[in-house]
Amino acid sequence: MSIEISSKVIKPVRMSYGNIEERFGGKRPASRYQEAVYDVQPTANFQFKPLWDKDHDIYDKSRTAIVMEDWYSFADPRQYYYGSYTIIRAKQQDIVEHNFGFVDKNDLFDGVPEQIKQVIKDILVPLRHVEWGANMNNCQITDECYGSNFSTLAMLNTMDRLGMAQYITRIGLLLEGNEATALDKAKADWMDAEQWQGLRHAIEDMFVLDDWFELMVAQNIILDGLIFPLFFDRFRAKLASEGATPVLMLTEFMGDWYKETVRWTNALAKVTVNESDENKQTISLWVDKWGSRLATAIEPIAIKAFGDQGINEVNEVKEELLARLAKQGVTIKN
Amino acid sequence: MSNKKNTVFLIVQDNEDARPIIEAVEQDNPDANIQYQPGMVRMEVAGRLVVNRETVEDKVGREWDVQELHLNLISLTGNVDEDEDKFEISWH
Repeated sequence: MSIEISSKVIKPVRMSYGNIEERFGGKRPASRYQEAVYDVQPTANFQFKPLWDKDHDIYDKSRTAIVMEDWYSFADPRQYYYGSYTIIRAKQQDIVEHNFGFVDKNDLFDGVPEQIKQVIKDILVPLRHVEWGANMNNCQITDECYGSNFSTLAMLNTMDRLGMAQYITRIGLLLEGNEATALDKAKADWMDAEQWQGLRHAIEDMFVLDDWFELMVAQNIILDGLIFPLFFDRFRAKLASEGATPVLMLTEFMGDWYKETVRWTNALAKVTVNESDENKQTISLWVDKWGSRLATAIEPIAIKAFGDQGINEVNEVKEELLARLAKQGVTIKN
Repeated sequence: MSNKKNTVFLIVQDNEDARPIIEAVEQDNPDANIQYQPGMVRMEVAGRLVVNRETVEDKVGREWDVQELHLNLISLTGNVDEDEDKFEISWH
């Protein structure tokens, strides 16, 4: 006697939700990202204007100068929605937590020369306020943007920035054996020291920008495109070469995070610029405006960090950023 | 359409991890015949089938090691030519 095992194909009536089928066709199953993110935001029946803004609907395309035929034409290349994002970040958090534990347990900062520790306190620790600003700004983008693909991306980014502000804070605490002196000093520097004022002024101006897409460009494309390569790549390497290897372990996440961020900022610039010449001009104008302002604002900090090479380093980082954006179609007249 | 003799195929599990691989094969091998079967996806081409690292990386939005293919691989035919940038099967 033989048993024949046959498989029976049951074809699902529909592969996904109606809105997803309309966008991508119903030929194959939709991805989790598509189902979680597309068309979640309401688009009609806004009976009342919000109390805080009589000129706009609660979700309103006219909150930015950028015009898109379909606001969902940008998709996050990382395909982060709540589930995939939390799984990946939880794994990374485990590693960071382990690294902090390792540095703490073995008192690795004891081996770092006092003068290098001071440099970390002067340059790295105040960056927690920059991260907190980035947290505020991305929160603002989440609030005002149009399309749930944007609000998802911006909200996840908001949480990333809070996390990184906390990592920097913990470095400050580790440096002083859990005393807050380094943090207090960094706060005082951020508020009063000459070299930080340009950047603080620029970030505070970003807090009150009306156009959320301009804020997106200024914060997530320009400011991060300068700060991360400069401080979490070049300055970090310099510190390590001078004996501050624990800093390498404790800021590993920032480097990985930025590599990941470049993917979606590139995709965003490309999609937006390709949509129309008007978008291209607007984006280029913002890149030009914030590029020069923020680079100038960072210069005094870079001089503190790199000495004579400071200006040079900022220029190099800025050129790299503009070259990367030029590949996506953003053109700056110089 | 395909000469049966030189057909190669790659079969992977039908899950979220394999989706970018399937999409990448679809994009880089326009002649591929892709069949969704219960629990698995069969990709067939006459001559040569290639999975490019770069294409898959575009789909997953992160770095992707070609070796990760094996986690979802069920079966294949052909001689394998594998390096850091691609996974290719054909008959030599």
